[in-house]
Amino acid sequence: MEELLLKNIRKTNYQNISVYVADGGYQALKKSLFMKPEDILNEVKKSCLTGRSAAFPVATKWSLTRQNSARPKYIVCNADEGEPGCFKDRLLLSRDPHRLLEAMIITGYTVGSQQGYIYIRGEYTNESQIVENAISQAEENGYLGENILGSGFSFHIRVYQGAGSYVAGEETALLRSMAGFRPSPGIRPPYPVKYGYLGKPTVVNNVETLVNIPTIVLNGGDWFSEIGNPDYPGTKLFCLSGNVNRPGVYELPFGVTLGELINEYGYGVRGELKAILPGGVASGLVTDLNIKMDYKSLAKVNSLLGPGVVIVMNKDVDIIAISIHTLEFFARESCGKCSVCREGIRAGLTIMNRFARNEAELGDIELLKTLRRLMYDTANCVLGQAALNATVSAIRLFRNEFESRVRNQSVW
Amino acid sequence: MVTLSINNQKVVVPEDTTVLEAARQINVNIPTLCHLEGLENYGSCRICVVEIEGEPRLSPSCMRTVSEGMEISTNSKRVLKARRMIIQLLLANHAENCPTCERSQNCELQQLAFELGVRENHFVNMVNKVPLDMSGPAIIRDPNKCISCGRCIRMCHQIQSVGAIDFMNHGTDIMVTTALNKGLGNVECINCGQCIHVCPVGAITEKPHVDAVWAAIQDNTKHVVVQAAPSIRAALGEELGLAPGTLVTGKMYAALRRLGFDAVLDTNFAADLTIMEEASELVQRIKNGGILPQLTSCCPGWIKFAEHFYPDLLPNISSCKSPQQMFGSLVKTYYAQQKKVEPAAIISVSVMPCTAKKFEAQRPEMNASGFRDVDYVLTTRELTRMIKESGLDFAGLPDEQADRLMSRYTGAATIFGTTGGVMEAALRTVYKLITDTELSHLEVQPVRGLEGIKEAKVNINGMTVKIAVAHGMANARILLEQIRSGVSPYHFIEIMACPGGCVGGGGQPIGYDMVLRSTRGKVLYSEDTKLPLRRSHDNTEIKEVYKNFLGEPLSHKSHELLHTTYINRRNKK
Ligand code: SF4
Ligand code: SF4
Ligand code: SF4
Ligand code: SF4
Ligand code: FES
Repeated sequence: MEELLLKNIRKTNYQNISVYVADGGYQALKKSLFMKPEDILNEVKKSCLTGRSAAFPVATKWSLTRQNSARPKYIVCNADEGEPGCFKDRLLLSRDPHRLLEAMIITGYTVGSQQGYIYIRGEYTNESQIVENAISQAEENGYLGENILGSGFSFHIRVYQGAGSYVAGEETALLRSMAGFRPSPGIRPPYPVKYGYLGKPTVVNNVETLVNIPTIVLNGGDWFSEIGNPDYPGTKLFCLSGNVNRPGVYELPFGVTLGELINEYGYGVRGELKAILPGGVASGLVTDLNIKMDYKSLAKVNSLLGPGVVIVMNKDVDIIAISIHTLEFFARESCGKCSVCREGIRAGLTIMNRFARNEAELGDIELLKTLRRLMYDTANCVLGQAALNATVSAIRLFRNEFESRVRNQSVW
Repeated sequence: MVTLSINNQKVVVPEDTTVLEAARQINVNIPTLCHLEGLENYGSCRICVVEIEGEPRLSPSCMRTVSEGMEISTNSKRVLKARRMIIQLLLANHAENCPTCERSQNCELQQLAFELGVRENHFVNMVNKVPLDMSGPAIIRDPNKCISCGRCIRMCHQIQSVGAIDFMNHGTDIMVTTALNKGLGNVECINCGQCIHVCPVGAITEKPHVDAVWAAIQDNTKHVVVQAAPSIRAALGEELGLAPGTLVTGKMYAALRRLGFDAVLDTNFAADLTIMEEASELVQRIKNGGILPQLTSCCPGWIKFAEHFYPDLLPNISSCKSPQQMFGSLVKTYYAQQKKVEPAAIISVSVMPCTAKKFEAQRPEMNASGFRDVDYVLTTRELTRMIKESGLDFAGLPDEQADRLMSRYTGAATIFGTTGGVMEAALRTVYKLITDTELSHLEVQPVRGLEGIKEAKVNINGMTVKIAVAHGMANARILLEQIRSGVSPYHFIEIMACPGGCVGGGGQPIGYDMVLRSTRGKVLYSEDTKLPLRRSHDNTEIKEVYKNFLGEPLSHKSHELLHTTYINRRNKK
């Protein structure tokens, strides 16, 4: 299918504003500035564009922020790509940075904001440099800053680099981090549209979501809504990695099956397929290649689409080790605030290490399931709620591997 | 107003009410750990979760505001199971040693484990032992017991505006510590001990002097003298079988005597002495155009705060030592002379409501007599333990008198123990010093009570003296900023670090309960009204000490023994 998101990444020197402009860049901005903000909002609404992380309608988020009478308002682009196996935003940031800026300026114009921030993950120093350069160029050429293209509208963008925390990718944690606090996910409600950066109404969208905006403005919402899967128009970037022959970023419609993605695009599994993490470390493992990659279908099999991170594992992979690996990741990356998340992960890890040493008790399997239930029920944010998903889905799919690690039952 | 139902009971509450508050209104108790009345909500322990009809997950009631038509269950099977498991998880990463723990029987975790029916733990112990923070002079932190509820942090930041501690690291490595893990003794901690009061478990305690004091008492070559601060008598009974609000002066003397102290004296004597010196200093500053406002100096927590954060205002602070230290330096000079005891043989012990007094006692300059003014400082809690350890039936003890010399006091001294008391006591004597007549109406109501900042104007001989009182360092900061920016209208300001004053000191019976603190304050105000003498300058022992030893207030000898200097600690420990 036609690429909407990746269409520019193979073009050379696209970070240079003159190349971007010569290729039709900033035309959407020019068009927008002649439109009424509510008309742009209307196009976005017609496009049915949803946020690429939690499937929340973009137009709803924008209009809630727009309606809010508090001032100032902020636009924050979440570019804190911290999920293991996720490497799609960095492509867009480094190969097509002006489109992101253009999108943010249009967003600002639409919701009535004059200040945008791009929160870039700490490890992305190159990407952040490229974006900074793009910002200076846009400012020099009048696309950004005071009185943009003589329209009277002003908008500024600043880059904010994180310090490398995964949980800062959660939007309320991200906003706290920007304000100089520990990146701890806040309690919602209130949502950022009402109480965001520095307590002001804030639109938080990620890179992949925002990059669609110029295309929607140029071609119209109706056009966009016809593309791809009618339930979730547009395209999705999938980051395919693990035991596949051709790992990479693939732009496909929502609803593509795992089988198509892995076999047609990834050229098949290296070795014999064992399991797939279809939505990153927080998702549940699956084995069925017919599963469709969209929010509803994955929820049905107790998993998540998440950011579109697909990690393939072959039969050489030890499922116990995988589970421990995800838990070690969460042990490091949880903010550590909630008792259940912090101690639940610690306990989960302790139990899994017993399995690794063949010293587990039979009751440990049930204990892990109860623990996951507790964490889902009581942790504040998705990280804690989902930290044991991989482990418990592994029990469901490979129970025998767990049972075989149970300590020999002693005879009393 | 919003109508909702909690456990099938209807309740109507204002809009921004939390589910927890709504439940409490109808006497439905929901357990809490990280939530504490008086501190901001934090939402970390999750023990307060409730089930809300129609929601996929449980919700923390301390953070959740009510909405119309909510149907809540606070005790469904799912909720109770979750709570038990949370306690189990917390205990699994807790260096549990209840029988030998400082906070046993006074520990929220222990109590919740018991009340919520936790009788086993599915999780094995996962504690990864780390060393205790013993670097401070007064406070010990045991990270192995910390459950990361963050109450101490909120106290230190929000109420005390010190910010000595915070969370460090994240995930399972999260811990409460000082900047760069330097330890409480190497940062701006003012030793106020308010964090002890809010800690639900035994993770923060005072540095104990009990064993050293027992050893001194048991050493026949030592003459062990004890002084007890004003606010001890208003709180000591609480954990010894007497109702809060009971004045226990006589039983306190009796208990100290039975513990084996050689002389049972009273800090209140030195409080009267402090008033003589401090009031004279104020009058001198007013008359000679000295630096104003004068700031009180009896609280060592506040003094360290000033040394770190307001070194530019050190000249405003009265040079008077605190009553504890004035008493200490007289014990090793005046008392030693009068009683014909070798100062070297004297061990000077104080009973204080305060952890910062442990810090103050070990300040190097507190040895004008050539000996340490005060050798050991016991908190109210430590004295309570010694009384229990000796098997004394405190409630049944007779009321006794203190020993003579350095123990008689006036009503002015006793109110030192509560916020506003030092101010009130000082005014009684300032009035006399300026007008040479007595103040007829002794009570200054505007400086009483729990308002964070209190102020009043007093007319003395046609001159309007403006005074202010602050307790809790975040409140004090407001007055200090005024001075710094040159707009402070006051002549005299009293500052106490602890909310409520010394009655709420870091060494008092555990709890951040402002109502209880104010009850203790009222005990002192009522003792004041019952005492025959209520003005410091009327104290006969004070008159004697000036006549026989010191000369007069602000004399050379007074300056040598009773006054002190301060250090600029900006960027230092
Ligand atoms: S669930 Fe975990 S990561 Fe999320 S707020 Fe709680 S402790 Fe932090
Ligand atoms: S802090 Fe509480 S639970 Fe922990 S050992 Fe002490 S009394 Fe027991
Ligand atoms: S003693 Fe006071 S200053 Fe020190 S950490 Fe505790 S609350 Fe903060
Ligand atoms: S030291 Fe006490 S008050 Fe502070 S976080 Fe730990 S348990 Fe809570
Ligand atoms: S008391 Fe509500 S989360 Fe701790």
